Amino acid sequence: MKDLNINELDRKFQEKIDNEIKIEPKDYMPEAYRKTLIRQISQHAHSEIVGQLPEGNWVTRAPNLRRKAVLLAKIQDEAGHGLYLYSAVETLGADREETIDDLHSGKAKYSSIFNYPSLTWADMGMIGWLVDGAAIMNQVPLCRCSYGPYARAMVRVCKEESFHQRQGYEIVTKLATGTPEQKEMAQESLNRWWWPALMMFGPSDADSKHTAQSMKWKIKRHTNDELRQQFVDVTVPQAELIGLKVPDPDLKWNEETGHYEFGEINWNEFWQVVEGYGPCNKERVDARRKAKEDGAWVREAANAYAEKRAKRKAS
Amino acid sequence: MSKKEWPLWEVFIRSKQGLSHKHAGSLRAADAEMAINNARDVYTRRSEGVSIWVVESANVVASDPSEAGPLFEPANSKAYRHPTFYDVPDGVSHM
Ligand SMILES: [Fe+2]
Ligand SMILES: [Fe+2]
Repeated sequence: MKDLNINELDRKFQEKIDNEIKIEPKDYMPEAYRKTLIRQISQHAHSEIVGQLPEGNWVTRAPNLRRKAVLLAKIQDEAGHGLYLYSAVETLGADREETIDDLHSGKAKYSSIFNYPSLTWADMGMIGWLVDGAAIMNQVPLCRCSYGPYARAMVRVCKEESFHQRQGYEIVTKLATGTPEQKEMAQESLNRWWWPALMMFGPSDADSKHTAQSMKWKIKRHTNDELRQQFVDVTVPQAELIGLKVPDPDLKWNEETGHYEFGEINWNEFWQVVEGYGPCNKERVDARRKAKEDGAWVREAANAYAEKRAKRKAS
Repeated sequence: MSKKEWPLWEVFIRSKQGLSHKHAGSLRAADAEMAINNARDVYTRRSEGVSIWVVESANVVASDPSEAGPLFEPANSKAYRHPTFYDVPDGVSHM
């Protein structure tokens, strides 16, 4: 190993990637690959954790016990997803605590979708159907990501996500086929969430500075625009089936391409939310910071208790 | 701010009686008991397990991936350890 120079190591690394051989934590990897993964996986972890907040908002107001139990189970899954991902970040040599502090200081980003408020019960349905739906579209190809621990975490996550989307669609379907007021509530919610859901796939390919390198490293398998198109193609018929109207006057089926054409995303809004000026950015980060501070004494007490017990055992 | 982070634990799960424990992932916990409880909550929420092992990650000793060549090479040159190495006449069955 010592007599191999860096270029030779990089060449062998890319050769492994090209041959679909997974990279494991202690294997050689270029620093840029490590950094890209730390950034992407920690952002993903933060998204899972922050994503619990808009749904947590409705737990006490779920319309019945079944819905409440389901919502709680989903939120608990998201906590687990965050944990698998923070563990994957740690395998890259990143410090878990620092990673979390980067979220709290505003240095690290998370999915912009969670900076929108959850105003009605219909939003619980819309989040499951659209937000988890978009997340699944992003995550399924990540199960084949070149970095082993990330790929394995994604396999677990994807297995759990499928119920998330179904329970959301079930809520939306119930409302859309209910009283006129319920249907109106579902439509109003779709009107608010549709465009932010499309923004979840990130900037358009022309503006996505990391895509080419990430695809060469097989961290990413599809471009943002490809995934977004795929999402529109599968979601529009789901909306039509339950009588909801996608809020896009430019939306139309193209017989020739076999895809939907859709209107221009408001990229101004997208970048504003990413830069921290969305409706709930401050509220979300404040909530996470407060959770960490309020829980500090619990973590310290658990450490003290573990130390005391270890001492008693030794004596 | 907590001064000391909880140690990292590796979690192994036996998915059902008769199968061996398999690595499921890792987590942080103050002690072994908490590691088991957290592993229950994180890795067996859908009846994925009937038994859990936890090992502090610091206690795991791993082979060096850059030594994988010399470490595993001796096995590569011994094809005669596999049944396909041997010629058996046509028509022989139950072998
Ligand atoms: Fe998730
Ligand atoms: Fe989810």
